[in-house]
Amino acid sequence: MSPTPPNDDAHEKVARLARYRREGGVLRDYHAVRWNEPLIVEQSVPGERGVLVPLAEAEVLDEVGDPYGSIPECTRRETMPDLPELSQYQVLRHFLRLSQETLGMDLGSDISEGTCTMKYSPKMHEELVRSHKMADLHPWQDESTLQGLLEIVWRTGEYLKSISGMGHVTFQPGGGSHAVYTNACVMRAYFAAKGELSQRNEMITTIFSHPCDAATPAVAGFKVITVMPDENGYPDLEAFKAAVSERTVGCMITNPEDTGIYNPQIDKYVEVLHDASALAFTDQANANGILGFARARDAGFDACHFNLHKTFSSPHGCEGPATGAYLCTDTLAPYLPVPLVKSDGEEYHLDYDRPQSIGRVRGYLGNWMGVMRAYAWIRSLGPDGLREVAEISVLNNNYLDRLLLAVRGVSRPYAEGHRRLDQVRYSLEALKEDTGVGTEDVHDRMVDFGIQSYWMSHHPWVVPEPFTPEPCETYSKDDLDEWAAVIKKVSDEAHDDAATVKKSPQRSSCARMTNAEVAEDPNQWAFTWRAYKRKVLGRKEK
Amino acid sequence: MAEKPFIHPYIPNAVPATKQAMLRELGLSSVEEIYAEIPDRLRFKGRLDIPEPILAERDLRRHMAGLLARNTSAQEFLNFCGAGCWQHYVPAVVDEVINRAEFVSAYCGGMYSDHGKYVARFEFNSMLGELLDLDGVANPIYDWGDVAGRSFRMASRITGRKRVLVCGTMSPMRLAEARTLCQPEVMPTHVQIDLVEWDRASGRLDLADLRAKLAAGDVAAVYWENPGYLGFIETQGGDIVKLAHEAGALAIAGVDPITLGVLTPPGALGADIACGDIQPLGVHMHAGGGCSGFIAFRDDDPVFAQECPLELYTLGESEVAGEWVVAEAIPDRTSYGSRDQGKDWVGTASGLWTIAAAVYMAVMGPQGFRELGETCIARSHYAAQRMAALPGVKVLLTPGFFKEFAVNFDGAGKSVAEVNAKLLDHAIFGGKDLSAEFPELGQSALFCVTEYHDQADIVELVAALEEVLA
Repeated sequence: MSPTPPNDDAHEKVARLARYRREGGVLRDYHAVRWNEPLIVEQSVPGERGVLVPLAEAEVLDEVGDPYGSIPECTRRETMPDLPELSQYQVLRHFLRLSQETLGMDLGSDISEGTCTMKYSPKMHEELVRSHKMADLHPWQDESTLQGLLEIVWRTGEYLKSISGMGHVTFQPGGGSHAVYTNACVMRAYFAAKGELSQRNEMITTIFSHPCDAATPAVAGFKVITVMPDENGYPDLEAFKAAVSERTVGCMITNPEDTGIYNPQIDKYVEVLHDASALAFTDQANANGILGFARARDAGFDACHFNLHKTFSSPHGCEGPATGAYLCTDTLAPYLPVPLVKSDGEEYHLDYDRPQSIGRVRGYLGNWMGVMRAYAWIRSLGPDGLREVAEISVLNNNYLDRLLLAVRGVSRPYAEGHRRLDQVRYSLEALKEDTGVGTEDVHDRMVDFGIQSYWMSHHPWVVPEPFTPEPCETYSKDDLDEWAAVIKKVSDEAHDDAATVKKSPQRSSCARMTNAEVAEDPNQWAFTWRAYKRKVLGRKEK
Repeated sequence: MAEKPFIHPYIPNAVPATKQAMLRELGLSSVEEIYAEIPDRLRFKGRLDIPEPILAERDLRRHMAGLLARNTSAQEFLNFCGAGCWQHYVPAVVDEVINRAEFVSAYCGGMYSDHGKYVARFEFNSMLGELLDLDGVANPIYDWGDVAGRSFRMASRITGRKRVLVCGTMSPMRLAEARTLCQPEVMPTHVQIDLVEWDRASGRLDLADLRAKLAAGDVAAVYWENPGYLGFIETQGGDIVKLAHEAGALAIAGVDPITLGVLTPPGALGADIACGDIQPLGVHMHAGGGCSGFIAFRDDDPVFAQECPLELYTLGESEVAGEWVVAEAIPDRTSYGSRDQGKDWVGTASGLWTIAAAVYMAVMGPQGFRELGETCIARSHYAAQRMAALPGVKVLLTPGFFKEFAVNFDGAGKSVAEVNAKLLDHAIFGGKDLSAEFPELGQSALFCVTEYHDQADIVELVAALEEVLA
C-alpha cells in the first residue's frame, strides 16, 4: 500500500493564503544587501600579501642567474604597478560582498530579462565544468587525450542538427552575436566563391531582430537594409520584397521577433530571397518557444544559430563566457570555420582540411564548457522533455500576459487576437501619459521588490515605453503571479504616488546616481581608478 | 502499470494541476491552441532524433563522468604547452569568488540591481590599467585574436587609413581571426594587413623593413607582440612606437598581462592601444574556453574611447555622500545603441573571467606579479638550458624570453609530432608544434614553463625527452 499523500485541502489553503498576501499588495519586504563597500584600492595596506607565489629553487637560480637582471634593460619594468595590497581574507570578503550586491538569477526573478531566456542552470553541470577533466585541459592537447570532450561536442552537434533540421554545425563562436557574425562571414565566403561579392553587398534585417543582426553584417563589410514592421507587427512583406534585388546577399532575421509574434508567412520571405538567389539566416537566440515544434530548415532557411547560454541552460556568468552554435546546410558547409569535430563512429577528431573555410572567428576550439552543459541538459530532457520546455514556456508567457494586460497602463501593441510564443514586448505608453511614470522609472522601482529590473527593449524603441519579460519554463505559477503583482504594485504607485516611483530604487545595494553626465563627458568619465585620480581627484586637489 | 505523469525537476508548471489551472485561466483546453500561431505547413511533426532522457541526476552524473573520464587533464599529465593559453596556478580564492551563485547566474541586470557586478568590472578595469599603464580599459570580449582585429579596425577608423603593419611572428591563429575581421579587398571597409619581416635569430621585428613599409604614409597602425608568440622578449617596443608615430600611425601592443610585473608596460612605451588575453590572470584553460580578449587605450584624447567597440564603464557618485556607483559610458557608440551604425559589435562574451582576473590581480598585488615574473623567467631558462644540452636539440630565438621558447629537433632527426606522441607515454604534453605555422623554424616546438612547474617537473621533462630522442 502506498503512503497517504499530503492533504490536498491543506495545500490549497496554504496556496490561497499566499495568493491573498500577494494580491492584497503585501509583497516582499525586501532590501538588497548594502555593504557601503569601499573600492578595493581604497583598502590597500602596503606590504600585505594576498597569495604567495612559488619562488625559483636555489639550484635553478644558481644555473640561470638573476632573472630580473637577465631582462634586457630597456624592457625591464621600472615602476611597480600600483595594484592594491591586501591579505587574502580581506580580498575574499570584498568580492563576496560585491557578489551579495549582485541580484543574480539564482536569487532574483529573471523573468524580467526578456530576450535573454534566463533559465535554471543545473548545479550538477557546474560541478563537472569546474572539475579538472574540463577546466584543466589545454586546447592543443593530443586529440587522443580529449576524446571525452570531442564526443560530447560531436553528439551535441547531432542533437542540434535534429532540432534545427540543418546538416552541419560549429561551436566555435564565443556567443550568440559571434555566431550571427559567423553567418555574415560564411555568406560572404559563399558569394566570394561564386565571384559575386562585388555585385552582392546588401544584407536585409528587421528592426525587431537583435542589433547584432544589423551590426555584424556591417562589420563583415555589407550594406545593411532594415525592414520596419507593418501594422500587425510583422516585417512588412512588401517592403521586404522591395528590398530584395540582385545585390542582396541574404537576410538575418529572428522569428518570433522580440515581440514574441510568430510570423506565419516566414517561408514566403525565404522564398523571395531564394528566388533572387540570395540566402536566408534565422537568428534563434531565443528558440525556447519552438523547440520540437518548428525547425529553421523546414521554413527554408539556409542557416541558423542557437545561444547555448539561453535555450540550452548555460549560466550567463555576468555576460559570459557564452557559446554560439552555428548551423547550416550542405551549400554553406564548406565555408564553416576550422576546425570541425568529425567522427568515424569510434574516435573523434578535429578536421582542419577545409580549403574553402572562412578561417577562424575565434581561437582554439571555442567555449566548450557551454557545449558540455547543453549536452547534459538535452540528455536530462530527451525529445519529449524538450517539447515540454517549449510548451510550458509558451503557457507561462500567455498566463503572464493575461495578468499583465489587466494592469493599468500596460498595453501590448500589434497583432491583436494573436497569441505570443516565448515573450512579449509591452508598452507603458498609457501609464506614462496618465501618470508621468515611464518604463525607465518602473525599471528602477521593481528592484525594490527583489525583482531584477526588466529588459526594456533594444534600440531604437519602436514600441514606446517598452518592456519585455520572458517567463521561460523555469518559473512556477507563483513566480509568475509575484512578477505580475510587482508590476501591478508599481502601476498603482504611479497612479497614487508617482514621486515614490521616480526616486527609486530606495532599497537596492546603492542609491541613485547623481552625476550621470560623466558617462558622456571626456573630462569626467573615468574607466579606471587611475583615470579617476587624474581627472577628478587631481582637479579637486587643485 | 498505469503511467504516472513524469515531472521534470527543471519545469515546475509541468505538474498537471498547475498546468490545468493556468489553461483554465486562459480559457484554453491545451497549449496546442497557442501553437496554432504556427501554420500547419511549418510545424515539425516528427520526433526529435535525440536519445531518451537519463532521468535521475545520479545516473546522468555518472554518464557524464564516464564521458569525461576519456579526457586526460593537465593535472594528470605534466603540460608544457602554452601558445596563448597558459597553465598558471589559479589560487583557490579566485574560484571561490567566481563560483558564487550571484556571479555565475547574473546577466545584464541594471546598475542598481547588479551594483556589485558593476563595481567588480570597474575594479578589473582599474587593476588591468595599472598593469598596462593605460587609463582606458574596456570590458573584454572573446579572445586575443578577436581584439587584435578590433584594434586594427579601431585604428583604421581613428586615422582614416586602411593598412595595418603586423609583426611577422604574430600568432597565426590570432592573425586568422584578425583577417576575418578585416575582410577581403572587395569590401569597402577592408583593412589591409601586411606582415613585417623579423630577425630569424632573435625573433625581433626588422626595423628596416618596418621603416620601408611605413614610408608610403598610409599606415593606420603598427602592431607588435611582447612577448612575441614565439616566446622572445621584443626589446624594440620604444623604437616601434617612435617609428609608427613619425609616420602618423598608431602603435598597438599585444601583451600577455602576466608578464607586466617585470616587463615594461605598453603605456610606458607610448603605445596608443594595447590588447591581449586575460586568461593567464586566474582563469583555468578550459581547452581554450578560458580565453578573453581585452582592449586598453590612452584616454588623453577622447577619440580612443569613442572609437572603442567594447562596453566602457565609468565611476560615478550617488545620492549618498562617499558612495560609488558604476555606470555604462558612451553607450550609443556600441551596436546595442546604434545597430549597424555602432562601432563593430558587442555581445555576451566573458564576464565571469573578468571577475576572476580582478580577484587574481588583487591577491597577487605588485609583489606577486614581480615574483611570478622572476620565477617564470628562471624556470623557463633552466628548462631551456637543460633541453639545449640534449644531443640534437637546439633552443631558438634565445636572447631573452619570459616563459616560452622554441625548441628545435632537426639535429635529432625527429619530428615534433613523433616527439610529442612519445612524450604522452611519459604522461607529458609537449610543446606546440610550430612546423606548419613557421616552417622556417624546421621541426620546432614551443615549450611553456611557468611558476606552475617546479624544478622536479622540469627534470622529469628533460629525462623523458632524453629517452624519447635516444
